[in-house]
Amino acid sequence: MKRITTITAALCIAFSITAHADFAITNAQIHTMTDEGTLPSATVVVRDGRITAVGADIAIPEGVEVIDAQGRQITPGLFDPLSALGAMEVSLVEESVDTTHTGRYGAGFDLSSAINPRSSVVGVNRIEGVTRALVVPSAPYGGAHSVFAGRAAAVTFSVSPDETVVRRGAALIAYLGQRGGGLAGGSRAAAVQQLREALDDALDYAEHRDDFEEGERREYAATRIDLEALQPVISGGTPMVIFADRASDLHEVIRLKQDYDLRVIVAGGAEAWLVAEALAKHKIGVVLDPFENLPGSFDSLNATMKNAARLTEAGVTIAFAQGDSHNPRNLTQVAGNAVAHGLDRGTALRAITVNAAAMLNLNKRCCAVRKGNEADLVLWDGDPLETTTYADAVFVRGEKVSMHSRQTRLRDRYRTPTGDLPPAYRRP
Amino acid sequence: MTRGVIVSVWFGASLVLAGCADREADETRAAYASTYSPLPAETLLIKNAVVYTGTGSVLDPGAVLLKDGRVAAVGETLRAPKGAKVIDAQGRFVSPGIIDVHSHLGVYPSPGVAAHNDGNEMTDPVTAEVWAEHAVWPQDPGFNAARAGGVTTMLILPGSANLIGGRTVTLKNVPSRTMQGMKFPGAPYGLKMACGENPKRVYGSKGRAPGTRMGNVAGYRAAWIAAERYRRKEDAAANGKGEAPDRDLKLETLAGVLRGDILVHNHCYRADEMATMLEVAREFGYKVTAFHHATESYKIPDLLAEADTCSAMWADWWGFKMEAFDAIRENVAMVDAAGACAIVHSDSSIGIQRLNQEAAKAMASGNRMGLSITRAHAMTWITRNAARALGIEEETGTLEVGKSADVVIWNRDPFSVYALADQVYIDGALVYDRRDAAYQPASDFELGLTVEAGGVQ
Repeated sequence: MKRITTITAALCIAFSITAHADFAITNAQIHTMTDEGTLPSATVVVRDGRITAVGADIAIPEGVEVIDAQGRQITPGLFDPLSALGAMEVSLVEESVDTTHTGRYGAGFDLSSAINPRSSVVGVNRIEGVTRALVVPSAPYGGAHSVFAGRAAAVTFSVSPDETVVRRGAALIAYLGQRGGGLAGGSRAAAVQQLREALDDALDYAEHRDDFEEGERREYAATRIDLEALQPVISGGTPMVIFADRASDLHEVIRLKQDYDLRVIVAGGAEAWLVAEALAKHKIGVVLDPFENLPGSFDSLNATMKNAARLTEAGVTIAFAQGDSHNPRNLTQVAGNAVAHGLDRGTALRAITVNAAAMLNLNKRCCAVRKGNEADLVLWDGDPLETTTYADAVFVRGEKVSMHSRQTRLRDRYRTPTGDLPPAYRRP
Repeated sequence: MTRGVIVSVWFGASLVLAGCADREADETRAAYASTYSPLPAETLLIKNAVVYTGTGSVLDPGAVLLKDGRVAAVGETLRAPKGAKVIDAQGRFVSPGIIDVHSHLGVYPSPGVAAHNDGNEMTDPVTAEVWAEHAVWPQDPGFNAARAGGVTTMLILPGSANLIGGRTVTLKNVPSRTMQGMKFPGAPYGLKMACGENPKRVYGSKGRAPGTRMGNVAGYRAAWIAAERYRRKEDAAANGKGEAPDRDLKLETLAGVLRGDILVHNHCYRADEMATMLEVAREFGYKVTAFHHATESYKIPDLLAEADTCSAMWADWWGFKMEAFDAIRENVAMVDAAGACAIVHSDSSIGIQRLNQEAAKAMASGNRMGLSITRAHAMTWITRNAARALGIEEETGTLEVGKSADVVIWNRDPFSVYALADQVYIDGALVYDRRDAAYQPASDFELGLTVEAGGVQ
């Protein structure tokens, strides 16, 4: 019975809101992800794509559409910080995958021009609340390659594909540990050396660019395009996302941060809880998969479901990602499991919405439900972290997402698989 | 003379011999047969719980009596027999032990190092002669993690590189020094087959058949033709006509399928390919017990219902390969709604730890599209229907009187993301307790290597 009510409500929203319209959602439980915390019964007003007011006693401006949330919950859009959204259609169809290349670029490989906002994968995940992602390159498997996978793009998946916001070079992706060792020729120590050599080259290059151009500087291991990509990293502006799991490798990450004064984010971090105090002290955030609890490799012997809770307790900022190319929509389930294993709800919600953006320095006008921010909002039909909850409505930069995807169309075509004419004649 | 018969004879014997010394038992059992015996159990009444029976029903309040390893009674309220232990499960939920019909635990164990890759005999497209059980490493830490997720029974399959990958094995999820100590007594063998991209990619890339889906089907048919010839020779010899053929491990297994003793578990994604595989089965007179992955079953639920073939599916995996591109969230629900047998499976050492959540997601997607699927019904996707596909529905899969006391007590509704298994029982024996370290077994691999052996929790 409850289910029917919420579906009806969702349809009302669908019919009453047009793209670009100004609107207010009233009577909502709003998880603001700011110091305001969760507002039990509040209103959010959106005009021209931005949030103009949030709170319990908000005067609704004249002429804006009003949506009664009937007590339903609102969160910011979900943020996948280790994503392939828009850069991969079918994982095993190589020609549809642009996250990996075996060419000569290392740090300089820039994924941003490969983003396809019309990808089916974007649509499938956006109707379930995923509005933003850090789309990350990945190094190839099975051979020597730079320990840098390249430059990641921060993407906002706007309703209109042509209005997709792609921020180039939002982070630089690198590998240490077992994976880094594989790329560097077999030893994780060589990965550290390769990484440090590149940073040293980049520092030298920064000081002596002109000499380099004139061929009057020593030879660098890194190419010019890689050295350029490293400049915003050594200046401390652009974060370096370093994949590493084993505790000893995480100590290496800390040393790198200290020696080069970098902004560093750990990705993976299966054993991060073992070095939680040190990570907290050096303000290194961790992007982790709370499901990772098996000793899947010798780098993750101490993987545990309690990783998220223990890191949080130690004061480490965390965000969640599974590195799942097709199902970042499951970030809510992932966060729910972390809660079941001791993480507080507030942190769990932040770990799938605002924390990654903060780590990446993308939180100037994103992603919390705060006055002045871009309006990426999800209205849920229940507890957002529950397995049985769906998004009733999704807004990106104030525009309402059409709740259809390739998958919903396949579903609707085959609702009744038999009939007078074959299903191919039905175009839902 | 078939494997299935031998195993079921042993199952009868095992009941008689329970409690005898190992050596006595050894003299009577067949090679490779189960040596499983239940862990110590006491008579236990679980009361005041919400009980999902696995039959599609729910009892609220509900009680289950576990006695002599079996479900002795199920009802709204039950009286504890004298001397029985009583758990007042007020506010908690009870379900049958969860069954995963698609797991590679033990054959692709953790850590996932090359030395552990024992699931695919990628040396020939038809390797019906290999048995998954001969590669199962009982020290795989994944077994413990799965148990903490309420999984009491699993089908371990060879991988999908081959057209015919070998025999599957059904295991009880108890810690054991040997695979045989986990082997489900009386469970029929299965045969792993695979459609589509994997076999043609693996062998096509080596420049040998199959290199196309055409080659795949030709490969199955050639294998069944040989099996049919072998079976006829064996049958004739049994009737005193001619000499029995030399024993051939490959054909012995395939003939077991043709005789109906070994169940076919067929990895297959696309609707059109599943339809073709039903025709191969029709040509050679065997039955496809279950299609696994079956991401397009929602396109042909009528054909699957007619063939009485189960679909073992994920809740939401898609897009990782071309043949998985049309997967939709509602697959399980739509197959179920059409009256075909629906199962939620994992194929993952991570996913197996929360099949309850996967069933919840599959249920929610169906309800979102307007179906009315109850939680009690969705529970059948990971219990009764799974037991049916493994041919062990008389033994386990529901909380009905006489069945194995494979039971999970959840701290809350298992369809919630926040639910955790508090206690897990197999044949009435406590095998896992979330709050008691004495019942949180850790594998040898973890011991002395990890900070907290059994870090799976």
